[in-house]
Amino acid sequence: MTALLSLDRVSKTFTQGRHEVRAVDDVSFDVRQGECLAIVGESGSGKSTIANMILGIYPPTAGTIAFKGEMLPAARTLAHRRAIQLVQQNPLSSLNPKRTVGASLRLPLDVHGLGERSARAARVGELLEEVGLPADYASRAPDALSGGQRQRVAIARALACQSDLVVLDEPTSALDVLVQARVLKLLNDLRKDRGLTYVFITHDLSVVRNIADRVAVFERGRLVELNPTETIFSDPHHPYTRRLIGAVPVVTADEVRLRDRLMENENERA
Amino acid sequence: MKRTLFILLRNPLSALGLFLVAMVVLSAVFADVIAPFPTHAGAVVDFANFNRPPEWPYIFGTDLVGRDLFSRILYAYRISLLLGVVVLVIAVPIGVTIGLVAGYLGGWTEYVLMRITDVFLSIPPLVLAMSMMGLLQPTLTNGMLAVTAMWWPWYTRLVYNLARSEKEEGYVLAAEVIGASRMHVIFREILPNCVPSIVTKMTLDLGFVILIASSLSFLGLGVQPPTPDLGSMVADGAKYLPDSWWLTVFPGLAILVAVFGFNLVGDALRDVLGGGQ
Repeated sequence: MTALLSLDRVSKTFTQGRHEVRAVDDVSFDVRQGECLAIVGESGSGKSTIANMILGIYPPTAGTIAFKGEMLPAARTLAHRRAIQLVQQNPLSSLNPKRTVGASLRLPLDVHGLGERSARAARVGELLEEVGLPADYASRAPDALSGGQRQRVAIARALACQSDLVVLDEPTSALDVLVQARVLKLLNDLRKDRGLTYVFITHDLSVVRNIADRVAVFERGRLVELNPTETIFSDPHHPYTRRLIGAVPVVTADEVRLRDRLMENENERA
Repeated sequence: MKRTLFILLRNPLSALGLFLVAMVVLSAVFADVIAPFPTHAGAVVDFANFNRPPEWPYIFGTDLVGRDLFSRILYAYRISLLLGVVVLVIAVPIGVTIGLVAGYLGGWTEYVLMRITDVFLSIPPLVLAMSMMGLLQPTLTNGMLAVTAMWWPWYTRLVYNLARSEKEEGYVLAAEVIGASRMHVIFREILPNCVPSIVTKMTLDLGFVILIASSLSFLGLGVQPPTPDLGSMVADGAKYLPDSWWLTVFPGLAILVAVFGFNLVGDALRDVLGGGQ
């Protein structure tokens, strides 16, 4: 598989007064075409900073980010913006409460001039149907939708650009468990149908198991482990990864056994 | 809109406010029809009936040259409201635009724009208006100019703070990631979320603009005779207190009714629309 997105020795330092904070420290990895790469870590591990640099919200302090073999500049062009889209954590905030669902979905079509002007209203309806919502929701305000429905609208908005790469920043953590499962299924289906590539940021390892092909584990700005999902769960290499898995609330006997085994090893090492 | 009106009417205080505002606005609009002596708004002299206490047909009495006070108050409302509306129509777009741009762009733009705003805010409003009126001719147009010059910075402050908190919302990030222009983000995404607070402040301010304009003409710096103005009517009558009490009491009450009414409605709107300051 070829690399869609490559981060090469990327660092990001934030200056707060006299203090310098290394949010991301010398990180290199590839995101392959068509995969779902999960980025996991605790808050403060630098995973959101990585997402923001990929989206071009701010440039890296050092290192380069390449998309389809082409270096991404600090000031992104419209074409760059179109190619990488975002689904945020909280759909309550990510949809403008004063604009209708239709207006929010139309924005990417208007900005990038997608389709004939007269066909865009119909396209908005199609987008809603693609994420399992009735087309007439376009005229509704976000207030009139449930949390799961709002997140579907946010996903539809990311699809509108027909981009190759979607950054999902904790897209399910603001939703309750049942809705979470349905949104994850939608995301999985969309990826298969359209050959999308996901960078899935989360701290929830049970979500990772359901959706990710590979997992990148971050600890205090460093990439400590990058392996296929099965390897991460069956044979985690880095102690930090083991601690993360150990901290997952478990339900099944298999998972209890796995946790006990892992924690035993960890205690022996310590 | 309908729901807002319904909530306003349910609360006795805001219903009273709406009633007072409606009264003021209707008297201003229909002054020609309501006023028993429409010509008394101008330079009319009727020495046979000068300085009369309230009695039919002069329900508020007459002034020192025999003009009907009731008719003059109606026309004074028209001028005051016109002044208030024109001041807000000019000051609000200027103040709001500067506030939005400073709040959203940040950095040097914010620094420069907000320091200019602070300079205007640091001058006591009446002093600024008085010096402007002193330099220019004391006409209605210059009165509006003076009041406008001291009014826009308050909107800049209000909207600047709103924009700064709104720009942290996810919908702004979403529009930026899509690649929307700054114009779109500022005026189509952030501005609609500031409108309730702006409308609330405008309602409150309509009363205050009338008060400030009256203060200016009380000092002899506002609207000039023979054009009727509540502030100069109070000032002219003050010399004849307490004997000719109607000369000051009725124009004074008229100011009170207008300011009180707009304040009640503004306060109620703030509660309903949730636009705090």
